[in-house]
Amino acid sequence: MFRYVANRLLLAIPTLIGVAVITFFVLRVLPGDIVEAKLRGDGTTVTADVIERERARLGLDKPRSEQFVDWMKGLARLDLGNSMWTGRPVIEEVGARFEITFQIALMATLIGCFIAIPLGTLAALHRGTWIDTAVRVFAVAGLAVPSFWLGMLIILAMLWSIGTLPPLTFTPIWQNPAANLWQLIWPALAVGYRFAAVLTRIVRSSLLEVLGEDYIRTARAKGVIESVIVRRHALRNALLPAVTVIGLEFAFLLGGLVVTEQVFSLNGLGKLFVQSVARHDFTLIQGMVMLFATFYIVTNLVIDLVYAALDPRVRYQ
Amino acid sequence: MTERRHTPAAAVARDALGSPTIGEAVVAGERGPASAASAQPLLSVDDLHVNFATDIVTVRAVEGFSLQVSPGEIVALVGESGSGKSVSAHSIMRLLPRTGRIPRGRIMFEGRDLLALPEEQMRDVRGREIAMIFQEPMTSLNPVLPIGLQIIEPLQFHLGMTAQQANARAAELLRLVGISDPEQRLKQYPHQFSGGMRQRVMIAIGLACNPKLIIADEPTTALDVTIQAQILELMKSLSRDLGIALIIITHNLGIVARYAHRVVVMYSGRVVEQGDADAMFHRPRHPYTMGLLRSVPRLDRPRTGQLETIEGLPPSAADQLPGCRFAPRCPFHLPACDTPPPLAPTDTGGLSACIRMQDIAAGKLAWKRADAATWSDTPEETQQPVISVRGLTKHFPVKTGLLARTHQVRAVEDVNFAVGPGETLGLVGESGCGKSTVGRLILRLENPTMGSIEFGGRNLADMSRAELKAMRRKIQAVFQDPYSSLNPRMTTGQIIAEPLKVYGISSSDAAARERVTSLLSEVGLRPETAERYPHQLSGGQRQRVGIARALAIEPEFIVCDEAVSALDVSIQGQIVNLLESLQRKRGLSYLFIAHDLAVVRHISSRIVVMYLGRVMETADRDELCERPLHPYTKLLLDAAPIPDPKVEKERAPRLIKGELPSPLAPPTGCVFHTRCPIATAECRADIPALREIRPGHTVACIKV
Repeated sequence: MFRYVANRLLLAIPTLIGVAVITFFVLRVLPGDIVEAKLRGDGTTVTADVIERERARLGLDKPRSEQFVDWMKGLARLDLGNSMWTGRPVIEEVGARFEITFQIALMATLIGCFIAIPLGTLAALHRGTWIDTAVRVFAVAGLAVPSFWLGMLIILAMLWSIGTLPPLTFTPIWQNPAANLWQLIWPALAVGYRFAAVLTRIVRSSLLEVLGEDYIRTARAKGVIESVIVRRHALRNALLPAVTVIGLEFAFLLGGLVVTEQVFSLNGLGKLFVQSVARHDFTLIQGMVMLFATFYIVTNLVIDLVYAALDPRVRYQ
Repeated sequence: MTERRHTPAAAVARDALGSPTIGEAVVAGERGPASAASAQPLLSVDDLHVNFATDIVTVRAVEGFSLQVSPGEIVALVGESGSGKSVSAHSIMRLLPRTGRIPRGRIMFEGRDLLALPEEQMRDVRGREIAMIFQEPMTSLNPVLPIGLQIIEPLQFHLGMTAQQANARAAELLRLVGISDPEQRLKQYPHQFSGGMRQRVMIAIGLACNPKLIIADEPTTALDVTIQAQILELMKSLSRDLGIALIIITHNLGIVARYAHRVVVMYSGRVVEQGDADAMFHRPRHPYTMGLLRSVPRLDRPRTGQLETIEGLPPSAADQLPGCRFAPRCPFHLPACDTPPPLAPTDTGGLSACIRMQDIAAGKLAWKRADAATWSDTPEETQQPVISVRGLTKHFPVKTGLLARTHQVRAVEDVNFAVGPGETLGLVGESGCGKSTVGRLILRLENPTMGSIEFGGRNLADMSRAELKAMRRKIQAVFQDPYSSLNPRMTTGQIIAEPLKVYGISSSDAAARERVTSLLSEVGLRPETAERYPHQLSGGQRQRVGIARALAIEPEFIVCDEAVSALDVSIQGQIVNLLESLQRKRGLSYLFIAHDLAVVRHISSRIVVMYLGRVMETADRDELCERPLHPYTKLLLDAAPIPDPKVEKERAPRLIKGELPSPLAPPTGCVFHTRCPIATAECRADIPALREIRPGHTVACIKV
């Protein structure tokens, strides 16, 4: 088990190097760089000399190979460098925003699971009845409604009903949980609904399939009561495919909350990412891509480990 | 969803409610099947009807099923797929699928009408008084729960045992069904057990609460003949010792002959005949039973000619014939058969649903087949062989980890044989013995590790791809599963025409169509079949399509890998006959790979017995079956039940102990020594060479 995890983490290194190479060079193939974006953006006339000096300061005048080697050396020391725009370390830029986005993603995932597992189970057990139809309508609606639009509806509803808006400034959860939740629960709900919609359909179809399995018939033939059949015999098998979806959706949310953050005026990772692309902030973009890649790798590893815990047939050496 | 925890109090209450059970008293007093027949039945099913309602049609799966089971009795329920035998059995447990309905009928179990019981009380019957064992041991146990939990569930639900008591009982049960080291095994998961062991676990679950009746739905169909014998002997002895009545659902008449006291034969949703097993086998009183008995080849007799099969196909469940369902296939049918025949007493003390049973009893109606051909001689073997295999070896590398050492699975080890023109060579052995790999090597679907396959003066083993393509015209295959070996998105015509196109044989589409039509008629299918898709055909028809596809490019040699194993008895006979007549007509040679020894004896001229990748014995079919030399062959022949209760009563089947060792670590010396009854220390030392004991009879055993 330990060896397996170590093995997987070692295998992550070539993957990450690949990601680093592609990100680095693709960014530099695109026309334009940060110096132009920064100086021209001011609307002032700048001399070529100023531009050159700024480029030299940021190390952009060096050959690309040298820039790459420098960056890789930093990565080896787990140093992502400084943002070219603000000059602050990438880690610092990302850190505060990561907290917000991670919390929303986590809450949305939990909300999704808490809604989807019971609802999907209910629909599967009452297949073909009005309950099933209602759940399916709920799920299809969730897939059809964009999260940001739902977010806007939530804001409108709050304005209309209680006349206030969630606070705009971020409070970390350990400082004031109530204030933190009051701010972040709304985007989490907006995103969690879509999450629940995806998951409900998977839980429903997977449970229906499992309920038709021979071992469920065996359990019935033993005289096991139906609620135990569902909980002990069926759900554990049915949740296996759901685990994959939960993990992948969760990892996706970390970078995929761009619009929702915008709607709720949150200073999250998505917003930072869009900003840094617009600014050609190479080091920041590179750092964030590396973080997302690492996050995906870790999430996938966790999915596989959860699989092994749920399914004794899966064993890793 | 009803949330009702089952408490011991509830179990006690049920006992108090139930009558003081006549059945139990009988079980205590009398155990023999002879006396059981006169006793109050434990289970009695009357005029059961089962429908499956879909949006489009209502399928009447069972129409008038009746059955009586006395305490301690073993009743066999026989029929082909779709005859309604499993549906009837599931109805007894009230475990029908959602769409199943029981519009009519009564199921009395110890004085209670099971169909009228509330669901909670029915749940107390399931697993406690009636247990069920299913066909597929691979899928019938929950893969994510330990075996122990799955065994103790009924103990906790029905008997209210504590975890500790239940665990002790579970260990005891595992020991009872012959699983050693039960305490450890309880913690293991189903995938850590072999198929036979899983079926033992299923039996342990069934026995957990000392049921009065066990319904076994094709309990050994998925298992090897040696493991089948172990499992059935176990069930029989448990039934005898514990006084448990058994209903065995099977299509294997040999099992019926060996184990059943009484037999119920079903056809197309109805009972056509029932009665005492001896009478049924020797004095059948329904044409279907007669035909069924005729169409199975006998392992204990030399062949006398082609199999006498039942012509045609069983009606599909959607066809609602008003009269006798068997009439369209019956050689004795009369106009009067158009009205439903009653199930009436016969002269042999059973029941038959045939209006001509008196004529049958009087011996006026002899079973005759229109296409009966009596030839049975084997072709002379003086000619040059078509294919000869020398030293054929296949090792599969198996990696157990990223950096771990590579192991070799020795799937096939030094196999030699030759097949002459027009000859059929039978290849038999348990699953995992390498017989299918030999077939795949000859087809070059796998590349041999060593050895040569000589065909037409060339060695197939070291041919290039281009050479192989030309060679494959001469060597074709018919596979086991007619459901998955035909592309579901192609019509039958396209499937058969494909090889013609690949080899550019037919110049035009019209020529190809003509060829397809003639091939279809050659394998006994109507020309319209070309327009249909595989899912629209029955299993037997699909296998005919598979044969037509193989014949399309006029091969000389066909590898038949379990080509008839998935088919029903009456259909199996038809396909065997078809293969034989095609062989006659076209001078084909077959490699017939199968696990059913009786079929192999019938169709082959020579037989090769394999075990763990090695050839154990080779001989002419009759020589091998009547004078087997190798202990493995002897045990294999013993394990196969013969469809004749008289023969079965005289045989005392010896069982092969244990299971097939892992091919990753085969035993040293003779690979069979771990299971061999006569093995001694010297068997462990060297691998025995094949020696010719009698002309044409070679054996790899030092004790012979």
